[in-house]
Order: sequence, then C-alpha cells, then structure tokens
Amino acid sequence: MANKRIPAFRIALWALLALWLLFALGPYVWMLLTSLKTSAELFTWPVRYLPAKWTVQAYRDLVGTTDFIRFMRNSVIVAGSTMIFTLLLAVPAGFTLSRHAYRGKSVILSLLVASQFFPSILLVLALFPIMRSMGLTQNLFGLVIVYTAFVTPFTIWLIKGFFDNIPTDVDEAAKIDGCSEIRMIWHVLLPVVVPGIVAAAAYIVIYSWNEFLFAVTFASSAETNTVPVGLKTFIGDYVTRWDLLTAGGVTAAIPILVFFLIIQRRLISGLTSGAVKS
Amino acid sequence: MNKTLAARVQPQVKTKRRGKLSKYLYLLPAAALIIGVIGYPVARALVLSLFDYNPLGGGKTFVGFGNYAAILSDRVFRKAMGNSAFWTFGCVFLQVVFGLLGAVLLNQNFKGRGLVRGLTLIPWATPSVLAAMMWMWILDGNYGVLNDLLKKAGLIAQPVPWISQTGTAMPSLMLIDLWQGIPYFAVMLLAALQTVPGDLLEAAKLDGAGPWKAFWKVVFPLIVPTLMITTILRIVWTASYMDLMMVVTQGGPAYSTLTIPMDAYYTAYSDLKFGEATAMAGVQAILLLIVVVIYLRLMSRQGALDHGK
Repeated sequence: MANKRIPAFRIALWALLALWLLFALGPYVWMLLTSLKTSAELFTWPVRYLPAKWTVQAYRDLVGTTDFIRFMRNSVIVAGSTMIFTLLLAVPAGFTLSRHAYRGKSVILSLLVASQFFPSILLVLALFPIMRSMGLTQNLFGLVIVYTAFVTPFTIWLIKGFFDNIPTDVDEAAKIDGCSEIRMIWHVLLPVVVPGIVAAAAYIVIYSWNEFLFAVTFASSAETNTVPVGLKTFIGDYVTRWDLLTAGGVTAAIPILVFFLIIQRRLISGLTSGAVKS
Repeated sequence: MNKTLAARVQPQVKTKRRGKLSKYLYLLPAAALIIGVIGYPVARALVLSLFDYNPLGGGKTFVGFGNYAAILSDRVFRKAMGNSAFWTFGCVFLQVVFGLLGAVLLNQNFKGRGLVRGLTLIPWATPSVLAAMMWMWILDGNYGVLNDLLKKAGLIAQPVPWISQTGTAMPSLMLIDLWQGIPYFAVMLLAALQTVPGDLLEAAKLDGAGPWKAFWKVVFPLIVPTLMITTILRIVWTASYMDLMMVVTQGGPAYSTLTIPMDAYYTAYSDLKFGEATAMAGVQAILLLIVVVIYLRLMSRQGALDHGK
C-alpha cells in the first residue's frame, strides 16, 4: 500500500511492529530471565528485572531432582511415532484424493476438515471407556493411536494440496514411458512433494508435542507424562515451583521453536492454501 | 459424520472393476483408523448420553433424554453456556480485529520483514501449557511483572490478583488466547492480502482513492471469503479449547471461567456422571455442528474445497 511517501507512516509502522514484537516475545524473554534467577530472587516486590546473580541452578534442579528428562523422552517417542504412523496413512490417502476420481469426493474432503473440529471433550469422553477397557490408558502407545487418528484428516488435506500443485502432465508423461503407478509415485511424484511432506511432518510434531487434554486424561502417570503434562505437575495448589517451570518451559520451547522457524514458510503456505481461494 | 464417509466409500469397493479397486486401498487404512478412533466412539458416546452410567464401575440405566433435561435445568451448566458464548465470541472478535491490523502491517514493505513475520508467529506454535504458565507468572497477584509495570505507571495502587478474582479471571484467559490466536489470523489474512493484484490498487489510486478508502473499497472485499472461513473455523476451535482453563483457573473462581467443555470434564471425572457429561459434550457438538454446516455451505459456494483438482 502507499507507504513510501510519508515518513510519519514509517514511524507509525515501526512503532506498531515494535509493540507487537514486545507483546509476542515479552513472555518468552520474561520466562528466560526468571529461569536464570536464584529462587529467592523470584519473590521480591517490587519486581527486579534482571537477575542480581545469574545462575543455572534452576536447570540443574530440573535435571537433577525432577523427571523432566523422562518427560522429554516420552514426548520425543510420542511425537516421533505419531509422525511416522500419520505419514504412512496420509501420504497414500492424499495422493489418491488428488489424482483419482471419486464420487462424492468433496463430501469426503469436507468430512476430513470437519473431523478436525470435533469438540475434543466429546472425543475424550467417547474414547476414555474404550481405551480403559483395552488397557490403553496410562500407555504411550494409546496416546500415539489417538494423536494419529486426530491429525491424519488434516494431514491428508495438507498433502493432497501439495500433490495438487504438481501438474498432471507429469503423471501422463511417466505413464507414457511405461511407468506403473507405484513406480510413478515413488520415482516421479514423491521427490517433488518431499518439502511438503516435511512441512506436514512438522505440523504433526508440533501438534503432538504441544497437546495437553488427551495427554492429561489418558496418560498422566509418572511413567507416561509428556512435557506439557509434566510441566503442569510443577503447578501446585499451594506452592508453584516457578524456578522449575520457567527452566522447563525454556527447555521444552527451544526444540519446537527452532523447528517451527525453519519450517514456518512452507507450513504456512500449506495451511493457508486450504482456506485462501487461489 | 465419519459413518457417511464409510457409506460413500464402501459400496463402490464392490462395484468397481478390479483395476479401479486399487485406488481405494490408498484411502482404506486412513479411513479405517479415523472411523475406528473418532467415528465409532463418538457415535457410541452419543448413544451412552441416553444412559446413566459410570465407566469406573456400576451398571447402565437407560434414562432417555433425562441427562439432557437434567443439564439444561442445571444452573451451573447454564452459566457454563453463557461463559462459553462470551469466551468464544469475545476471543474470536478481538482476534479478527487485531489479526486484520497485523496482516496489514506484515504486508507492508520494510527491512527484515521475513524475520518479523516469523517472530510474530512464535506464540501460535507455543504449547498451550507453556503459554498458560508464562502468563500466570506475568499476571501473578503477588510477584507478577504486569502489576509491577502498572504500579510504576501509576495506573494501580495495589497489585491486582488478575486470575483469582471473578471479574478479571475470564479476561485474563482471553488475553492468553489472544496472544496465541492473533498470529493465526494475521498469517491467514496475510496470505489472502498477497493474492490481491497490484494493478487493482493502481487503478484505485488513479481514480483518486486514498489508502484508507482503497483498502475498504478494493482490498477488503477480496479478503472477505478468507476472513469468514478463518473466523468460523476459529469459532469452532475456540469453543472447544479448554487447556487454558484446565491449567490456569480450573473453571473458577466461582465458576466464572467454567465453559461447557470444562463443565463436562468435571462432571465426568470429578462427579463421575459420565452420562450427563456426554450429554453436555453432545450439546456442545450440536451447537458446533450448526456452525460447521454453515462453514461447509460457504466453502462449497466459494468452490474452495476442490480447488486445483
């Protein structure tokens, strides 16, 4: 829009952007600063902004006195397994919905999107008795099944979009050269769609890493806590361990944020292509 | 819902020729899992909402719509319905307003635009428990940095217990949701803004329209479809979102942050009334279904569902 003419406009733009960045990143900065204070210094009034004495004691306590390492391990297992299973299901489904003709295809596609927006509380209540009777509660594998079922519809939608971006001429050419369908997928289409699959994988990992409601209902025990549920156990009714919470928060956030910033552009183009009319 | 999917897929499996059969094999494993883990349990749960039962022990008694009658006459559930409406529409309305402003900002030309776009999106990728925890610490009634800043600015005399008093608990949760949700709106609307052809703006400028008028007359109508779809999706999502209440307030104080899903959760796991809890979730699902139907209508009218192929 018109922005080059007026310097006042530039100033306003940067002021608003600065405000926004402060709002978006301030909580992270505050968490990081808090995690580097001594625990006595957390509870001072008025609040002291920078640590008087910089210390990593909170991180030492986190690793030494809590199960945080195990929470991280559980989250890695759950996120990794969910990613693999979901991709195995969603890549073929996304391919066929992109390339083959179906009756009522738009209904299938609408249902895929709609199932993503089922009230999660209904799913929790619906699944709890079944999972309990099958021995899948307090069990990481049970959590992986639920997550996989929950992210598969949207992943199919994403991956279908990435296949749609490849012109069908490519398929035709491969078929004329005598390629079977499976070989055509493997040697011709998959290499092109790999960046899209990586974006979908990132979406799945972020979802399973962050998910709280299913995890706290189906797998909250010392052995099966994932990072979000584990962090929640540091929030007590009377005493909240802010030193552990902030140190754990920083540690849990780093992998997911690095991941997100790397993958962000492609993930977003996939997410928005469904909602934005092209 | 997923039953319909099965009904659509299966009859054809039998009727098509063998060569065509293979295409269903691509879809089958995913469909089976979705039907098995989402479709069937949800259908079963809705049937069980007609029973009085507890999965941890005790039998089942058929009560018809008794559970629905019980919850609809329950004062706490009615309060939860009101809270849900306030929470959902309040959060989404503010996200639309600030998201639109954010999208316009991010669409300007400035140095480091890519980096700023990435950084503003960080709250959206933040785990809900982490977001809840960071803000609990900021809003803390005794040692919170927000109280400290407001006091230094002379806006308050005494620290305010933001999350533990009835008037400010829900707005505090909404603030956290805005923190997470504004980037989502901004990025969706930014994608729509980028599809607006530049020559259209040039034409508007030649006709003597200022930037303000050009935006509302030329740009805005073009992003309305995206805005509406994003809004409806977000309404459905926000209505179900209960992580913040579970971590920060547990529905309190005095039920002031108890939404429908929270009420259902406690009815099931604290009161062990699974039938009633499922009925609450059923009411929620029906209300949301109405929204989803509107959404699908909009989508198919825009032709956005099957674009490309």
